[in-house]
Amino acid sequence: MNAVLKQQDQYASFGTRISDVPVNNHLGWLESEAIHIMREVVAEAKNPALLFSGGKDSIVMLILAEKAFRPDRFPFPLLHIDTEHNFPEVIAFRDERAAALGEKLIVRSVQDSINTGRVVLRREDESRNVHQTVTLLDSIREFEFDALFGGARRDEEKARAKERILSHRDEFGQWDPKNQRPELWDLYNARLHKGEHFRAFPISNWTELDVWQYIAREKLAVPSIYYAHERLVVDRRGLLAPITELTPPRAGETPVLRTVRFRTVGDITCTCPVLSDAATVEEILLETAVTRVTERGATRMDDQTSDASMELRKKAGYF
Amino acid sequence: MSTVDTLRFTTAGSVDDGKSTLIGRLLYDTKSILEDQLLSIENTTARRGGKGVDLSLLTDGLTAEREQGITIDVAYRYFATLKRRFIIADTPGHEQYTRNMVTGASTADLSLILVDASKGLQTQSRRHAIIASLLGIAHVVVVVNKIDLVNYSQEVFDRIRRDFIAFARTLNFARVDFIPASALEGDMVVDRGERLNWYQGPTLLELLEATRAAESAAGDFRFPVQLVARSKFGAKSEFRGYMGRIESGRVSVGDRIAVLPSGLEATVLDIVTLDGSLKTASAPQSVTLLLDTQIDVSRGDLFAHVEDLPTVTNQITANLSWMSSQPLDASFAKPGRYLIKHTTQTVRVVLEGIDFRLDVNSLERETGVASFKLNDIGRVRLKTLRPLMVDAYVGKFGANRATGSFILIDDVTNQTVAAGMILGEVGND
Repeated sequence: MNAVLKQQDQYASFGTRISDVPVNNHLGWLESEAIHIMREVVAEAKNPALLFSGGKDSIVMLILAEKAFRPDRFPFPLLHIDTEHNFPEVIAFRDERAAALGEKLIVRSVQDSINTGRVVLRREDESRNVHQTVTLLDSIREFEFDALFGGARRDEEKARAKERILSHRDEFGQWDPKNQRPELWDLYNARLHKGEHFRAFPISNWTELDVWQYIAREKLAVPSIYYAHERLVVDRRGLLAPITELTPPRAGETPVLRTVRFRTVGDITCTCPVLSDAATVEEILLETAVTRVTERGATRMDDQTSDASMELRKKAGYF
Repeated sequence: MSTVDTLRFTTAGSVDDGKSTLIGRLLYDTKSILEDQLLSIENTTARRGGKGVDLSLLTDGLTAEREQGITIDVAYRYFATLKRRFIIADTPGHEQYTRNMVTGASTADLSLILVDASKGLQTQSRRHAIIASLLGIAHVVVVVNKIDLVNYSQEVFDRIRRDFIAFARTLNFARVDFIPASALEGDMVVDRGERLNWYQGPTLLELLEATRAAESAAGDFRFPVQLVARSKFGAKSEFRGYMGRIESGRVSVGDRIAVLPSGLEATVLDIVTLDGSLKTASAPQSVTLLLDTQIDVSRGDLFAHVEDLPTVTNQITANLSWMSSQPLDASFAKPGRYLIKHTTQTVRVVLEGIDFRLDVNSLERETGVASFKLNDIGRVRLKTLRPLMVDAYVGKFGANRATGSFILIDDVTNQTVAAGMILGEVGND
């Protein structure tokens, strides 16, 4: 099957009306739930941090933190695990946003972990995505964080559908999916032994469409690469791989210029754009409402190695 | 607890009664399954020697579940139609997983109970109904599935309906609906199909779209304090802000409230949000409240209107669902080991006594028991070190989930070992 053609089919946005987008009155409930979770974790954790990458989910997390804690300062720093293989627009956005909020941003780099020998690459051009786990866990130890807020959602992936809102990590940072604490009502058990920590996911119950509806409602800025732009890509195993300095074309590949946008932004080496003309939030909403491909399925090479890629990474301590 | 345009429902069932296929059918026919998921399922179906799309594979999550063909844990699934948004808590139905059914039901507005038409009303469906009732779910939908296996027989459907009504008489449901369906063939789930013309009621999806979700703005005002903001709000620097979520009811500027457990009274001066001050706010909004007087308030306290107070007590009677593989034993009668988390406070708790264990298959009460083991449910009396501000879990406006529920935590292992639904103050329940 011609994968690029198939991707063109994935959006039937022509002729779609805003009335075809499902109701969004539930956003108030989702927002209130997220604020409640953030306040519970801050009340019970000793030293939390909020993971902020500059991506759309973590942008939503920042406004929710403002809603939960302003006019106070955030009771936690922002933390980014930078592969240094990120899209420059996203990194610039990350720094601007942290500065505008006046909040502390801690950046820890996978490159530093490589330099100090904590991360050993098998190949020079290997994706650094999975190696973020080492840098992340080292940062948690360095700052003695006991709770990390993340913007993961249960609709993203089947292993995440099973994860608790307050998700326990043992002293090695590992997730044990078969032995999770039962989580009932809104009563979160935040108790830890020394060296353990929590990941807290306040937007667990949000979907990709909810995130865009909320971005539209709150008029939030997002990095430019979420909107349609022209970009050199190659068709690789059904995905459009971006051609950049870090990701040059392989032998026999001919890059083509396409109008694309990113549905997720992550490491350049494993994040792919989709064909799209959506240049505004409203157009993205229409597209998201009728898309026929999941967010990660359309964009992530790292999830396609096996049925259980995400589960395996999460067990090892990934986001 | 949801808003009216989100319906949260729970489903339980074993591998055999078609639960996974039913959810798969709901997602598939509402076009909530996307092409890459479908492709992956087609591949897996083919690898296992099947043909087409095995809808039950859609609900597989963890590697161990795929390997063993079972569901281990609660999975949350999301789909939307143009009318409404749905969150499904998909829980395994085996006997040993009562704890997962309780967990899934704790946040649900409605429960889907599956009955295999070819087998009739079985123990498992009864257990699911009893748990739904204990967890305060007022509305259940009984899906008589696999109706294709009995030639779409109305007599079979009517018999199961009669059996269920007879059994459920003693349970606290406000509404029970019955739908004949074949999830495998797609009859009466999203589409009507053509083989159930004797049935005039709505399809499952039509029913789910039309069901009223719990309205948490009803009921008395309850505001557990999560955090105290010490910053200055505007120019009123002498006031502190109290952060929390309105769990039920509504509050307006000028309302007279009591701070519990102290009982000190104050007037609401302002309702603060990032988007500006509000004159009035209702459940489930998260807000920051300012009061007109300086009183000592900390996390764990609760605000209520002076005329509608909850019960302040340190002795409660509750239905308890034991969730740990380590049994409840005599050590629970001694102070020190266990903590109760109720609203925003966590305090020491001891067991005063076990009234009975409930047989969740027959509703029979077994008295004289000294211990609960994993998946047991029963009635207990508890004494807490500090008073709790409680309402009965099942109240006049439906479930008071926030002030009627609690979890127990083992202080040694940090595990959540039990979940409880408060019946009332000891001697007053």
